[in-house]
Amino acid sequence: MRHFVIVGVLVILVAALTYVGLNYMHLMPAEASAQSIPVDWLWNLDIDVISFLLALIIVPIAYSLVVFRRKKGDATDAEHIEGNTSLEITWTIIPLIVVLVFAYLGAYTLGEINVVDPSANEIQVKAIQWAWSFTYPEGFTSKELHLPVNKQVVLKMESGDVIHSFWVPEFRIKQDVLPGRVTDYRITPILIGNYMVRCAELCGASHSYMTAPVIVSSQADYDAWIAAQKASVASAGQTPEGRGGQLATSLGCRGCHTIDGSKLIGPSWQGLYGSQVTLSDGTTVTANDAYLIESISNPSAKIVKGFETAAPMPKFDLTDVQIQDLVAYIATLK
Amino acid sequence: MKKFFSSALWHGLLWQAIGWALGASFVTLIRVLMGLKPFATFGFTEPAWVFGGLVGALSFLGGSGVLTDWFKWAKGEETHENHQDPDGWEKFINISLDHKVIGIQYTMAALLLLVVGGIFSLIFRTELASHGLQFLSLQWYNTLMSLHGIVMIIGILLGISGVINYIVPLLIGAHDMAFPRLNAFSYWLAPPAAILLLSSMALGGFDTGWTGYPPLSVRAPVGMQMFFLGVIVAGWSSVLSALNVIATVLRMRAKGMTAFRLPIFVWAAIATSIIALTATQEIGLSFQLVMFQRLFGMGFFDPAKGGDPILFQHLFWFYSHPAVYVFILPGLGIISELLPVFVRKPLFGYRWIAMSSLGIALVGFLVWAHHMYTSGMNEYLRVPFMYSTLLVAVPTGVKFFSWVATIWRGKVTGPYPTAFLFVLGGIVVFLMGGLSGPPNATVATDLHLQDTYWIVGHFHDTLFGGYVLPFFAAIYFWFPKATGRRMNEALGRLHFWLMTPSFIVLTLLMMRIGLLGMRRRIADYDPSLGFDPYHLVMTIAAFIIALSVLIFFINFFRSITKGEPATGNVWNSRSPEWQVPSPMPAHNYEQPFEVVGEPYDYGLADSVYVKFAEKKTGGRN
Repeated sequence: MRHFVIVGVLVILVAALTYVGLNYMHLMPAEASAQSIPVDWLWNLDIDVISFLLALIIVPIAYSLVVFRRKKGDATDAEHIEGNTSLEITWTIIPLIVVLVFAYLGAYTLGEINVVDPSANEIQVKAIQWAWSFTYPEGFTSKELHLPVNKQVVLKMESGDVIHSFWVPEFRIKQDVLPGRVTDYRITPILIGNYMVRCAELCGASHSYMTAPVIVSSQADYDAWIAAQKASVASAGQTPEGRGGQLATSLGCRGCHTIDGSKLIGPSWQGLYGSQVTLSDGTTVTANDAYLIESISNPSAKIVKGFETAAPMPKFDLTDVQIQDLVAYIATLK
Repeated sequence: MKKFFSSALWHGLLWQAIGWALGASFVTLIRVLMGLKPFATFGFTEPAWVFGGLVGALSFLGGSGVLTDWFKWAKGEETHENHQDPDGWEKFINISLDHKVIGIQYTMAALLLLVVGGIFSLIFRTELASHGLQFLSLQWYNTLMSLHGIVMIIGILLGISGVINYIVPLLIGAHDMAFPRLNAFSYWLAPPAAILLLSSMALGGFDTGWTGYPPLSVRAPVGMQMFFLGVIVAGWSSVLSALNVIATVLRMRAKGMTAFRLPIFVWAAIATSIIALTATQEIGLSFQLVMFQRLFGMGFFDPAKGGDPILFQHLFWFYSHPAVYVFILPGLGIISELLPVFVRKPLFGYRWIAMSSLGIALVGFLVWAHHMYTSGMNEYLRVPFMYSTLLVAVPTGVKFFSWVATIWRGKVTGPYPTAFLFVLGGIVVFLMGGLSGPPNATVATDLHLQDTYWIVGHFHDTLFGGYVLPFFAAIYFWFPKATGRRMNEALGRLHFWLMTPSFIVLTLLMMRIGLLGMRRRIADYDPSLGFDPYHLVMTIAAFIIALSVLIFFINFFRSITKGEPATGNVWNSRSPEWQVPSPMPAHNYEQPFEVVGEPYDYGLADSVYVKFAEKKTGGRN
């Protein structure tokens, strides 16, 4: 009996210390969405149970190994205890009840996460290897996701190629983005700040770099940003290179082609126009209009040396005018 | 060297290369006749590589001679009933029908793949030690990461077959497995499968992880196909060997060995074999569908052709979730089998532990979609899968509580034998894996945890605690049975104390940064997250683990010839295999035994588990 009391006290002590220690470490990032609150509530409950069960298993094993260890000169076997049916039933029934409660709570928190606000803003999200683009109700596309605080938004997400996954750690929620199907991501930001969406489903070579800024701001700042974007879109839309620049963003071209000379999965566009390009077969060509048009409409026709990648550039369904706009835009990148 | 070049292994490899070249040339010839492009980036075209790979694997089987007896039977020729192995080491690279030799072959192949998979992980672990790309390209990172996964999985499957093959017939008193030729055949499927998997590196690699989700796997280089073929061939091995185990246990038990007098490990072997026999086809099928989508343009998973990429995930996880129970049930069985021997007490709640293995195997079939909470499948499906997944905790809990009760008041002799240390380490590390599981099972929390390093930490704990540590325990424990010598205890303890704490640190840090935003399967991470010091510590821990494995191998090979002789019942066990001198003779027990008591009645005076028949005196004495 004495041993059970000591072990009981030790279990409670170790469980409490584990719980305090784990909480002290701040295991989760900031809570930046209304949905993160039920998730963290359930998580903390998990931590309670984990701390207790860890102590419940480890403490009696450690205690027994120390206290009941074989004494010098003792060659006999231990006590012949075959089992105890009521104990076995107890540690079947109690865990069964606990897991059923957890399953119920899991379903309940899932319901809280999915509460729909019918007036939620709708933003279209397009994911391709390896870029995110966001099309706002106002009709323009950006590489950044701007959200007003305390207002639910629903992201209508679709992939142009393979499976991606939309994850902002501070929002807690994650949703895969599929080709040929629209998935929803419903979120209510509650904390102003700058975050990152990070693709969480392996999507090929540059998966690690498939990120985009997520900016949660006050309604006033959000409105100002929207107005500024609309104005710049309107003025850019006047010229071919302006339209080309917008296309490069909305199509996701810049996920693989930088405009600052750095190397991603595809050649950088900086200084490309008019330069001599060495191809994978050793020949060189001049990057003129004809070359660029061919490379956009038939990406695999000529491969630049050093870019014989495993994942070739996909074909985009573009009009001739759009292709010319893109070429005009590339020509401005000296 | 001469022995190697006359071995079945060498002939098999030679024929695999020849078959591969012939198969690929055959397809190329047809392509030429049809006016198609005969060559592509990697020499042959993809269909040629795939057909060649298949022909190569079959040629390996023909060339190694594992089919010879069956060919003879087909022609009506007699074969020797009792196969005779040579005495030297060369029997391990030749065809043997002895379950003990095959068990050791499996174990050695498993250790080899463990080393290969481990080296892959060391390479990309070093790459991750700080942010930015150090020396790997993105494609190579993905290939090594993917191969680490699948090579370890195949290694685990072989290791399980190794332990089961070696020990199950000894435990039940059989002279061999039920189908010795099928047993050899199952083993000899493994080398060509391993060659196929590794050949993917030469064919552009593949960047999908071992999960091979389309559409990414449809776009990956030709290496993807070698991965698919390798898994299909290895899966074949797994199915046949499971069949053999079930038949053996059902039909070849010693007299008096009723269901509840079976050694507990045999229950685990049965549970794991039922899963392997009935679920493995599913992963083969799902990979074959992607293979056909690539080769013939069939649109199974292509939304543009009315296919559905989520269908693949269902098919894939229908095997691949139960597969984790294939990996851990034998490990947990080893823990249950060895604990009573070391604590000198009966296994607490034997029937409950036996039934919990079957319970886990059964419930394990109903939980697959918990890998898909974020996948975009029907939202409401997530709730029933949450219930079924959490139910797995109940039989798993029964095992843990029964182990605690078994250890309670047990008398362990110090200093602890290495095998016992690994059993304890297995319990602790598997407990960490088990306790980090339920947060993934409840949908709300999993939406955050899915596809992060938390998950990586979680499943490494379950596999290390549920398989790797018990596997080492089994090797230290049964090594004397196989060799008649013991492994060195000091080196064994060093192996344990280097490996286990480092591994615990490694996985706890994985979980820590996973919660804070570290995604899994990324070649590079954002320095602004501040993960660099964590990754550095994890890399150091990984190298300490590698060092401990090196110490294990030194101990292992040294002990074969120089180990302390141990021909008797070194562990003072009640189990039948320890009642006869080591090493075990070729056809196991010279006299059959009868089961007359309970297997784990330690502490009960004058009780025995098995009684051997009197030696027959046939004229001469």
